[in-house]
Amino acid sequence: MKNMKMMMMMMMVVVSEASMMVMVSEPNMIEQTCKETPDFNLCVSLLDSDPRGSSADTSGLALILVDKIKGLATKTLNEINGLYKRRPELKHALDECSRRYKTILNADVPEAIEAISKGVPKFGEDGVIDAGVEASVCERGFIGKSPLTNLTKSMQRISNVARAIVRMLL
Amino acid sequence: MASSDALLPISAREEDPLLSDGSRSDPNLETHFRRRPVKGLLAVSFGLLFIAFYVALIATHDGSRSKDAIIDETATSTSRARLAGVSEKSNDQLWKLSGDRNTAAFAWNNSMLSWQRTAFHFQPEQNWMNDPNGPLFYKGYYHFFYQYNPNAAVWGDIVWGHAVSKDLIHWVHLPLAMVADQWYDSNGVWTGSATILPDGSIVMLYTGSTDKSVQVQNLAYPEDPNDPLLLKWVKFSGNPVLVPPPGILPKDFRDPTTAWKTSEGKWRITIGSKINRTGISLVYDTTDFKTYERLDTLLHAVPNTGMWECVDFYPVSKTDVNGLETSVNGPDVKHIVKASMDDTRIDHYAVGTYFDSNGTWIPDDPTIDVGISTSLRYDYGKFYASKTFYDQNKSRRILWGWISESDSEAADVQKGWSSLQGIPRTVVLDTKTGKNLVQWPVEEIKSLRLSSKKFDMEVSPGSMIPIDVGSAAQLDIEAEFEIKKESIDKILGNASVVAEAEEFSCQNSGGSTVRGALGPFGFSVLADEKLSEQTPIYFYVAKGKDSKLKTFFCTDTSRSSFANDVIKPIYGSVVPVLKGEKLTMRILVDHSIVEGFGQGGRTCITSRVYPTKAIYGAAKLFLFNNAIDATVTASFTVWQMNSAFIHPYSEDVVRALSRN
Repeated sequence: MKNMKMMMMMMMVVVSEASMMVMVSEPNMIEQTCKETPDFNLCVSLLDSDPRGSSADTSGLALILVDKIKGLATKTLNEINGLYKRRPELKHALDECSRRYKTILNADVPEAIEAISKGVPKFGEDGVIDAGVEASVCERGFIGKSPLTNLTKSMQRISNVARAIVRMLL
Repeated sequence: MASSDALLPISAREEDPLLSDGSRSDPNLETHFRRRPVKGLLAVSFGLLFIAFYVALIATHDGSRSKDAIIDETATSTSRARLAGVSEKSNDQLWKLSGDRNTAAFAWNNSMLSWQRTAFHFQPEQNWMNDPNGPLFYKGYYHFFYQYNPNAAVWGDIVWGHAVSKDLIHWVHLPLAMVADQWYDSNGVWTGSATILPDGSIVMLYTGSTDKSVQVQNLAYPEDPNDPLLLKWVKFSGNPVLVPPPGILPKDFRDPTTAWKTSEGKWRITIGSKINRTGISLVYDTTDFKTYERLDTLLHAVPNTGMWECVDFYPVSKTDVNGLETSVNGPDVKHIVKASMDDTRIDHYAVGTYFDSNGTWIPDDPTIDVGISTSLRYDYGKFYASKTFYDQNKSRRILWGWISESDSEAADVQKGWSSLQGIPRTVVLDTKTGKNLVQWPVEEIKSLRLSSKKFDMEVSPGSMIPIDVGSAAQLDIEAEFEIKKESIDKILGNASVVAEAEEFSCQNSGGSTVRGALGPFGFSVLADEKLSEQTPIYFYVAKGKDSKLKTFFCTDTSRSSFANDVIKPIYGSVVPVLKGEKLTMRILVDHSIVEGFGQGGRTCITSRVYPTKAIYGAAKLFLFNNAIDATVTASFTVWQMNSAFIHPYSEDVVRALSRN
C-alpha cells in the first residue's frame, strides 16, 4: 500500500511535467474545454476515451457526452432488468426507474442530439440536465437502499459535465 | 490517441471514470500502475497526458470519497459553484429538493397528470410547443402560429402549428401551416413574424435551419388571400432571402421581427445575433421582402449578454393608452427593444429612443439596458421567446409568451404534452411612471367569467382565511389591499424596525412564511384544506434606509407540490407603487399555470405548479396576512372561470368558421 502511494506520487510528478510539456507544445481542445466543467477529470477521461474526441469541436464533444449518457442509461436499464429477478421486492421502485431511464433514452438523448447538432443548444441543455434529474428521481425511489447508487452518481456527474459543455455552445 | 489505446483496456476507458467508487476496486488499476512507468515513458505525449488525467482522477476520488457518500449534494455543489447565476432554467433547485434521501420518489398517476392540462390557455392537443410565431389579425380572425413538434412531448422536428380565434381566447386548431420540406428549412421551420402591408396582404418572414444547419431567413405568404383561415402557405421560390452575413456564425442568426416603415418608405427588420459574448440586433432594409440591404449600424448591442433570440421592437405612446402600429414614430413615442436571452432564458426589455436615420436605438437608462441582470423583464416567472403584434381590430398591441414546464421530461412524456402560451396581454407604456410597461390580460378573457363572489375583510396579522368559492382550479381574482395607516405610521416612526428594503428579494428572503413588519400578505392558490400544498402570491412591503416603503410582488411555489421532480422556485421583483395608490393584484389560476399581475401589470409573474393533493375539488383558495403586526384590509372579487373549449381541427369546424 505504501509502495503504491509512493509510486503514485512519483508518477504524478513525472506525468505533470510531461503534461506541462504537452500543454506548451500543443493546446489540447479537450483539456481546454474540460477546464470549464465542474468535473475536469471525468470530462477528460470520457472524451479522451472516444476516438472522435481528438478531432471534435465543442459541439462534437457535447455529442460524445450525450453518447456516454445513452450508453450509461442503456447499461443501467439492463441492470434494472436484472434486478427484477434478483430483488423482486424492489419491483415498485424498479418500475419507476425503468420509466425514468426509458425517458432518458427515448426523450432526453434524441432531444439533446438534435438540439446540439442543429445549433439550438438550450434544448440540448434541457435534455442533459433531465438525464441527471431522472437518475436522481429513480435513486430516491429506493429510500436510501438503492442498488443503483453508483450508476446514479455516474449519471449525475456526466449530466453536470455535459451541461457545462452544452452551455458553451449558447 | 493510439498510444493510450494500447495502454488502457477498453473497459477501463469506458466505465471507470464514471464509477467513482467502483474505480478504486477495479482490478485493472494496479495493472495500469505497474505498466505506466515502463510504457508511459515510451508513449507519445498524448498518451502521457491521458494517464495524467486518469491518475489525477483516481487521486481526486480517493480524497473526496466521503463527500461522494451524499449523492445529490456532491453532484450539485460543484455545478452550482461553476454555473451559479448562468441559467434560470436549471434544475439545481430540483436537485436541492431531491436531497432528502428519506423521502420516497413521487410517482405521478394519470388523474394528477390529466388535471394539469389547462382549461382556457392555448395549448396543442398533444406534444411539444415553444415560441409563438407570426401572430396577426386578418379578415375577422386572430391567427396564432407556434413552434411545434408533432412527434413528441420534447423539443424536436419543429414545424409551424396554427390556430384561429375570434377573440384570442376560444381557439380552433388548424392543420400545420408550414412543415420542413425545403432544403432551406429541412432542419426546422423556426420562429418568424408577420407583417401586414398597407394593401392588407401578409408577408411572413421566418428562420429556416438548412440541410446543413445554417440559419437563414425565408419568406412565405398565404396561398389564397381570400381565405380568412389562411390554411395554405407558399414559400417564396427565391428562398432563402437572407443568409448569415460575414462575421456572424451560421447558427447565430434567427427570429426576424415584424417589419416597420422607415421615413424613406422602406421596410426595416431586425434579427438577433451575437458577436463573441455581445448580444446584438442586426438591421436590414428592404422594399420587396426579397432583397435586403444590411445597415452598417446595429439597432443595439449589449456586451456579455450572449445570443439574442426573438428580438422584438415596437413603439409605445407616452400619452395614449392605445397600442401603436409598428411603424408609428413621433415625439410622443418611445421604443421598446426586447430580446430573449439564450443564456438565461429570460425576456428582458428596455424603454428607449429610436433613430430612424441610421436604424439605431439607445436606452433611456443605460444601467438597465436590455439583457443585463438589473434590466426589466416582462415577467419574473416563466415567460420566454415572447412576441407582440399590433391588433388593428382593436387598436392595441398584444403580447404572446411561451410558458414552458417546470417538471421532469418523464412527466411530460407521461402526460403527452409540454408547454402553454400565456393569456395574451395588452402591453402599453406605463404613462404614470414613464419607465416601464404595463401588461394586462386581454379584455376578452372576461367572457369566461362565470359566477363571482365579492369580499371585503380586515385581515389581522398572522391569519390564514379560507375563501369559500367552491373549486378553485379555474379562477380570476381581482384584489385591492390597504395596510392600515396606523400600522405604517408605527413602522416608519419606529427606529427599531430594521430597514431591509435594500436587501430584500423575493428569491432570497425565504418566501411567504418569513414574517416581516408589513407583509407578506396575499392569496394562497391551489391549496388543499390542510395547506400541505399551496402557492402563495403576495406583496411584501419593506422599509428602506431612507424610511420610504418599497413593495415587492412575489410568487412562492416552494410548497406547491409534494412531487420531487419539479422545480419550485420563489419568483418576483419590486413593483412601483405611486403615492396614493392602493396595492392591487390580479391572479389567473388555470390548473398548472398561475399568472399574477401586480399593480395593474407593472410586475408580472407566471408560474407552473403541479399539486398532487390540491387538485380537482380539493383545490382551495386562501387569503393570508403573515405580517407581524400590520392589519390589512382586502377587497376582492373571485370569478369561477369557464373552459375555453379549444376545438380540435375538423373539416366541419372549418366549414362552420368559413361561413361566419
